[in-house]
Amino acid sequence: MQNGASGVLNLFRQGDAAAFETLFHQHQRAVYGWILRVTRNPATAEDLTIETFWRIHQAHARFDPSRGFEGWARRIATRAALDWLRSQRTENERSAEMPVEPASPAVADAAVTAEIRLKTAQAFTRLPPKLRVAATLAVIEELPQKEVAEALGISIVAVKLRVFRALRLLRKDLERQGITP
Amino acid sequence: MNAHDNERIRKQLQQFLPPMGDTGPERDLWPAMLQQLESKRGTNPIEPVPSVWAWGSAWFDGALLAGLVALVAIFPSAIPVLLYYL
Repeated sequence: MQNGASGVLNLFRQGDAAAFETLFHQHQRAVYGWILRVTRNPATAEDLTIETFWRIHQAHARFDPSRGFEGWARRIATRAALDWLRSQRTENERSAEMPVEPASPAVADAAVTAEIRLKTAQAFTRLPPKLRVAATLAVIEELPQKEVAEALGISIVAVKLRVFRALRLLRKDLERQGITP
Repeated sequence: MNAHDNERIRKQLQQFLPPMGDTGPERDLWPAMLQQLESKRGTNPIEPVPSVWAWGSAWFDGALLAGLVALVAIFPSAIPVLLYYL
């Protein structure tokens, strides 16, 4: 006899609306939190959480209950966030804007000026979206590479490579602006 | 780029872009989700996948047809009776 959780997953796969609502309430926090880590923007994270669950809703027939919901939802959320980053990239290139959270006094280096902070954040937004997501999750959020690889649907080696390329591009970009990390 | 440069830029990134951590939404997003479902329902209807019961029905139909073919083969005289009931 199947337990409650797998019962909900099976019902969701069959297109049951109540099962979808249950899964939404169970996972909205995790999906939102994951997207927020990638986009770093609460309003965007809310919109993309809705978009992610819309995609999940549309893809219910392809869901495999035996592989669990969370990882599947996370992959869809990552793709939605990547699509958003790609759409924003051109805009960012024009405005060079990115929400930059002020570093707390405890961690802020007094010798580093606000200009360098801004330029670093702007250079980060100029990275190709795939590299930026890998660097955000693996370097800034310090998530395990295995977790990042699963979310991006790539190997751990590919994650390491993307992070390496992201850091190299970032360094070159900052050097062009006269900033030596 | 050597490992030292790598580590320095890594630290610089962590300093300027602190981790967001495990954060949830400030409000329940279900009402917004419902609105999204309602607005897109007409444009992209969802077809439910065949249930286990549907597969069971298909299997039963096949077995019934096979039984009828066997009955007709063994008792040809039953054909008029079957035609009467069909």
